[in-house]
Amino acid sequence: MKGKDVLAILDFSRQELETLFDEADLMLSALERGRSLRVLEGYVMATAFFEPSTRTKLSFQTAMLRLGGSYIDLPPEEVSSRAKGENLADTIRMLDSYADVIVIRHRVEGAARFAAEIAAHPVINGGDGTRDHPTQAMIDLYTVRRALGAIDGLAYGVLGDLKYGRAARSFILGLSLFRPKKVYLISPPQLACRRDVLEVLEERGVEYEEASSLASVIGELDVLYVTRIQRERFPDPAEYEKVRGSYRVSLEVLKGAKEGLVVLHPLPRVDELAFDVDGTKHAWYFTQAAFGVPVRMALLKLLLKG
Amino acid sequence: MERELRVSKIREGTVIDHIDAGRALHVLRILGLTGAEGLTIAVVMNVPSQKLGKKDIVKVEGVELEEEQVSKIALIAPSATINIIKNYEVVEKVKVRVPSIVEGLLKCANPNCVTNMPREPIKSRFKVASVRPLKLVCEYCGTELNHDDVIKQLTGGAA
Repeated sequence: MKGKDVLAILDFSRQELETLFDEADLMLSALERGRSLRVLEGYVMATAFFEPSTRTKLSFQTAMLRLGGSYIDLPPEEVSSRAKGENLADTIRMLDSYADVIVIRHRVEGAARFAAEIAAHPVINGGDGTRDHPTQAMIDLYTVRRALGAIDGLAYGVLGDLKYGRAARSFILGLSLFRPKKVYLISPPQLACRRDVLEVLEERGVEYEEASSLASVIGELDVLYVTRIQRERFPDPAEYEKVRGSYRVSLEVLKGAKEGLVVLHPLPRVDELAFDVDGTKHAWYFTQAAFGVPVRMALLKLLLKG
Repeated sequence: MERELRVSKIREGTVIDHIDAGRALHVLRILGLTGAEGLTIAVVMNVPSQKLGKKDIVKVEGVELEEEQVSKIALIAPSATINIIKNYEVVEKVKVRVPSIVEGLLKCANPNCVTNMPREPIKSRFKVASVRPLKLVCEYCGTELNHDDVIKQLTGGAA
């Protein structure tokens, strides 16, 4: 994996992800024991986030620091050379000349791939448009592995905006690299999973079912991946109000769930995941967020050192 | 009994044979020919073909195709043969080849694709996922272009 760009989850094989997860286990163990690592001492990461992010950016930066490395961060547009009209290509060239690895998040689809073509150093996609968020999928799959001991053979429910949500999309595509028992795609009909994702599931022989009601399938699930439905996706506010209630997860909703159900959410959550779930055994989403650091540490180490 | 259509041989120009039936007019549009140029043009449509079942043929006097035109024609007439005529003789016969990647010729339909960003040194790039039916996939954002999209773009609007 050394020197590889991380643009989309499907660029990786199951084997590569398992290597990543094994490495993440080592990182997690080192963190838990308070060991200070110097694996990437002297290395510099550039974070170029053209779209807001708290978690992704901070966890990448933390990961780099925990490995003994450091980072530079592209300032907000208004005060940077971009305000003078510099294009993306020149910005990436600059970062490529300063840093050993670039993490980019951009509103425009394909921006990360473009950056990877320009930069000689590895480029990591921190999320582009509605398309891919490969490192999020890595963290999500790692969390399932830690929570349940395996990724294969489980029944997964993916809930919310499956059409525009890039975390959901990447998670579903990531699952196709493994052998889930079944994947339930639960969304309002207007936000159903896109055809190209369904084609990947079909090509790889993953059994799936599209459902519009969480209640009807919750008893089947081992893992429930919750994502937010954005108000902006519904031009009619009344329709939005009507829809969002059915895609909320609360203690009440979980009454029909298996005892060992693992609930994940890429965060931040608004109201689609109720606070009353937080104290339950089902709530794995905070741990999932925390795993962002060891997983990204593992990734950076493998990309820069192999 | 079959009657053969007789079109007089052209002295110098190009014959595009084995065009998928019904697409000859698109080929003319791609070549930018309307007939107003005054050149001799012969168009034969939906005639029997051993290779394709049915085919179109376009013969144009005094025109030699540029590489970009051949690439565009290849997308909508993947079985076409281009015959270069000089002195009433076929001096060169070229079978069009549909490339696996199409760069720069077409525009991605996704307004939010990086290839549509202004002032970036980037060309569109599509993978040819299938030839019949034509399906092109943007390498950057994954948006698909189908046969009709491609024809609209190459012929400037009227499909």
